[in-house]
Amino acid sequence: MVQPIKIPEPIVETQTDTMTSPWKDAWRKFKKNKIAVVGLSIVTFFILLAIFAPWIAPEGINEQKLPERLQAPSSEYWFGTDDFGRDVFSRVIHGARISLWVGFLAVVGSSIAGSALGIIAGYYGRWIDAVISRLFDIMLAFPSILLAIAVVSILGPSLQNALIAIAIINIPIFGRLIRSRVLSVKEEEYIMAARAIGMSDGRILFSHVLPNSITPIIVQGSLAIATAIIEAAALGFLGLGAQKPTPEWGAMLSASRDYLVQAPWTLFFPGLAIMLVVLGFNLLGDGLRDALDPKMKT
Amino acid sequence: MTKTQPLLQVENLKKHFPVRGGVLGKQVGNVKAVDGVSFTVNKGETLGIVGESGCGKSTTGRMLLRLIESTEGKVVFDGKEVTALSQNELRKLRRDMQMVFQDPFASLNPRHTVGKILEEPLKVHGIGSSAERKKRVKELLETVGLSSYHAKRYPHQFSGGQRQRIGIARALMTRPKLIIADEPVSALDVSIQSQVLNLMQDLQKEFGLTYIVIAHDLGVVRHISDRVGVMYLGKMVELTTSEKLYDKPLHPYTQALLSAVPVPDPLFKKDSIVLQGDIPSPSNPPPGCTFHTRCPFKMDVCEKKVPQMLEHEEGHYAACHLYTEEKQGASQNKEMVGGGAV
Repeated sequence: MVQPIKIPEPIVETQTDTMTSPWKDAWRKFKKNKIAVVGLSIVTFFILLAIFAPWIAPEGINEQKLPERLQAPSSEYWFGTDDFGRDVFSRVIHGARISLWVGFLAVVGSSIAGSALGIIAGYYGRWIDAVISRLFDIMLAFPSILLAIAVVSILGPSLQNALIAIAIINIPIFGRLIRSRVLSVKEEEYIMAARAIGMSDGRILFSHVLPNSITPIIVQGSLAIATAIIEAAALGFLGLGAQKPTPEWGAMLSASRDYLVQAPWTLFFPGLAIMLVVLGFNLLGDGLRDALDPKMKT
Repeated sequence: MTKTQPLLQVENLKKHFPVRGGVLGKQVGNVKAVDGVSFTVNKGETLGIVGESGCGKSTTGRMLLRLIESTEGKVVFDGKEVTALSQNELRKLRRDMQMVFQDPFASLNPRHTVGKILEEPLKVHGIGSSAERKKRVKELLETVGLSSYHAKRYPHQFSGGQRQRIGIARALMTRPKLIIADEPVSALDVSIQSQVLNLMQDLQKEFGLTYIVIAHDLGVVRHISDRVGVMYLGKMVELTTSEKLYDKPLHPYTQALLSAVPVPDPLFKKDSIVLQGDIPSPSNPPPGCTFHTRCPFKMDVCEKKVPQMLEHEEGHYAACHLYTEEKQGASQNKEMVGGGAV
């Protein structure tokens, strides 16, 4: 078999022996970023809240106590009660379930569809790229909420259709992002090296192009969840998303409009929840971007 | 020079990149990156290809592996016509022809461990079981002067020289017959260059490899090559053994190149030939001999007639009218296979 050839010059060990994968490096950098950790904490808090909502919420979401309607926050009703005497605290907690679920699913759906289209456009180029890119341009030409309203009005107002609408309007954002990334990655020398060792196109796409294009998707994904939650709330507010009596935050805001002066807590707490979740995802996204940006690697 | 069986034959290889312009994207011209290059490489030898930036040497190297499709010409490797293979046959053939890239920082995927990078060629060609592949990765890491435990590390944890060793190890994984090294050491420090070049020479002896080394550094090429081809503006202008080229260059361009090599002696005065002007644009190369715009020995014929690649001495080919004029009477010229230029 192969005998090792003696190399006269010793190989100088300059590196420490710790294994550092790019992901571990990113995590190390992320941990140092305090604001990002705050964002991650907020997001984790809301995720836990959503998972354990039925156990945390003191009352059912549709438990009506009409004698106790529009009560101010107290030790019994932390966030007060609404016009049907329902506990706002319980409804906000259950709302986290809906909002996170909608945000997450919409972003997963749009990132998968967008990435697939973007990779095809970027890697194969030519007329395929032209067709897909023009399609993205057309979709981006509409204001996103307007497009979402159009989609919902075609499909009919419901939470599920709002989710589909939000996923659709996000597709071109992910598609363009990954297309531009693929365009630069495919010119890298290691892609040519992969072709030189006889790799097929499909294998190159999955084992070289995709892993090196995925980081902006993760960053954009966490930021997109924030906008998706706002869009879901906006659709809910307009009556095009979740329908009453679903405790969706946007729908709750909409229902409390009439009691703005009498019972501001019915408006304040769902609004605060939206704000906090969106803030959490935005901070998380910014932190991820800083941690994953290959150009900032030392 | 002993005549051995050629492993690679290149005939009249051309690459013209279309230049598109205008509203409709019509083809308005061609960049003649490589314009009729022919040479052969024998088993076990090292052919160096030198030339300045943009002369088409890298494009030539990539066309041999069909990483860039050639516009015209023929590449025959080990009896098979590479240029006529289907994509599937080509992938199988790449097992026997490997490439070492210029930039050791760009040619290794930053997200894969070294072990994964090295295993990849074997996986692609379905060689060995998982355990056998892992064993071979370790063997080859040691062969190129690294340690087997380096397989777990990522490329960014290595220095430039170490990465280039990994690049060489990857090229060796499938036990290829031919390795094309495109500027294998130009991205490395001078002190590391010799280490890597010596490694390449040791490996050549060990495995009976054939190399094509593309470089712009004449010193590097001289160190490693048995024969050297000099390229200028998409054409090969001179091809001969390493000793002959450095001792008695024929083509004025080669002479000018060699006179530009610095000599480590401050008192040494040499008659350096300083070329006037710039390298002409390959999209509009000068007629006749492409070098005539800068040649200090220009004759009238140079502007009109394209010089042929002819054998002026045993194994010493050059494409220059200076020697054809001289030697025409003697008619000793033997045209090289396929002709050097068209």
